[in-house]
Amino acid sequence: MSTGTNDTKNVPGAGSGTAMVKAEGVHKSFGPVEVLKGIDLEVKPSEVFCLIGPSGSGKSTFLRCINHLEKVNAGRLYVDGELVGYRQKGDKLYELKDSEVALKRRDIGMVFQRFNLFPHMTALENVMEAPVQVKGVSRAQARERAGQLLERVGLADKAGNYPSQLSGGQQQRVAIARALAMEPKLMLFDEPTSALDPELVGDVLDVMRDLAESGMTMIVVTHEMGFAREVGDSLVFMDEGVVVESGHPREVLTNPRHERTQSFLSKVL
Amino acid sequence: MNDFKKTDSSADTPAAGPEAIRAIPVRHYGRYVAAVVALGIFGLLVWAFANGDINWGAIPDYFFNDRILKGVRETLVLTFLSMLIGIVGGVVLAVMRLSKNPVTSSIAWFYIWFFRGTPVLVQLFVWFNLGFVFEYVNLGPIYKDQWADFMTPFLTALLGLGLNEAAYMAEICRAGLLSVDEGQTEASHALGMSHGKTLRRIVIPQAMRVIVPPTGNEVINMLKTTSLVAAVQYPELLRFSQDIGTTSGATVEMLFLAAAWYLIMTSVLSVGQYYVERYYARGSSRALPPTPIQKIKANVLSLSNRSGGGAKA
Repeated sequence: MSTGTNDTKNVPGAGSGTAMVKAEGVHKSFGPVEVLKGIDLEVKPSEVFCLIGPSGSGKSTFLRCINHLEKVNAGRLYVDGELVGYRQKGDKLYELKDSEVALKRRDIGMVFQRFNLFPHMTALENVMEAPVQVKGVSRAQARERAGQLLERVGLADKAGNYPSQLSGGQQQRVAIARALAMEPKLMLFDEPTSALDPELVGDVLDVMRDLAESGMTMIVVTHEMGFAREVGDSLVFMDEGVVVESGHPREVLTNPRHERTQSFLSKVL
Repeated sequence: MNDFKKTDSSADTPAAGPEAIRAIPVRHYGRYVAAVVALGIFGLLVWAFANGDINWGAIPDYFFNDRILKGVRETLVLTFLSMLIGIVGGVVLAVMRLSKNPVTSSIAWFYIWFFRGTPVLVQLFVWFNLGFVFEYVNLGPIYKDQWADFMTPFLTALLGLGLNEAAYMAEICRAGLLSVDEGQTEASHALGMSHGKTLRRIVIPQAMRVIVPPTGNEVINMLKTTSLVAAVQYPELLRFSQDIGTTSGATVEMLFLAAAWYLIMTSVLSVGQYYVERYYARGSSRALPPTPIQKIKANVLSLSNRSGGGAKA
């Protein structure tokens, strides 16, 4: 169970004041396969934090651990100073109830590679759904806010369309608006442009750039090195479940120190 | 001859772009033979029934007979109530079957195994004859009564049909719930929606598209299966028709009458099913399928276009 030895003791404070996300020796296995082998990192508020690496390196899994879509097996993961998925009393950990997990997820928006819009609802209804159902916002208020968000992602005229009537890029922008409707303090992007036609990628990246400029804390798993270089504040290169190299994007991308990073970047750039 | 036609037609159409192909279609002689044979057999059947000793006049005489109408009503009530039990029970069983609790999921599995594995008629007879096994219904302080008073023919019919249907509906619902992409649940959870809300607002509405068509079939099947309860002394359409048949001497005619009523009812249900399916298809395809009325309109329009366009094939 405990691969990380010293992380059970000094928890309560955990340097929570500054970090939006803090990982200490995070491990995750699927059956016998160990996907994350001790991740340590820190994401500061208002930071755009990019995760890159070959497929199967564990970046998406790590992202999904942050909002507890996956359970961490060992180590500690904090969001805004609070432990993800568990409550600590003394030196015992208690699993959070589903309702408590749901409560925490309200503050974390997530954008998926395959959009995962609700196909039986229009774009506007997709964006309205969570505020009405989760926060109890009135339908009228939610509709107005959803309209504003769709305008912000440049899709005000598509409000009445069903996802099947939208292009991939439009669907992803609706998905971003849907996540923003919950007014999260942290946004997770899981390869948001990987399923898009090349010419549609730009629109989505523009929306993300906008969002970054507004001061949103963002963790972005991506293969868009250009975006990482221009918009990112920090960048981490992951491979086989460990952080290989981290630093400022421009530095890591132009001047990779590690051999593994060099060979990856030489194939991607 | 072939070439002749081509040149002929190209002469009067203006030479704009490549000329349209006008080929002689392949003749399917086998189809003509099959059509003639089928029509022949059909004609023989019609001839046989027309010349049989059937008193056709008895059918319209009894069509709106009070007892027949009562039977129709009973059949509809029984169909509705047993489908209600079936659907509610089916949803509960499906959720039990998919739950992570091994006890509930095994119980659901056993229920489905038992009720799908035995004939409805046997189940009806078992319910009907349980009075030989139990003398009283005893629910402690809440309810106590003689079994025979409790288990009326109506309840026998309802339980027999409804509990059997629940097993089939459980499998239909389970398939529907499993058909919804896991990403939908994840997206909903990521937005902070609870399990219950996710199920109600996101998963079930999408599962309905898979659940509704077979459920429509189940309703139609149920309507017909209700005729089995005639065997456990519950009077419905078939039973009343048979009764009238034996007293009036028009046995076969009354069976035809019952068949006609069943056909009318199943036809009405199929139309209803079409519209319910259409409702749940929204969002899944870019355009909703046309309603029959829209289809007819479109056909009429295309017909008039064709005759107006002047291209006679």
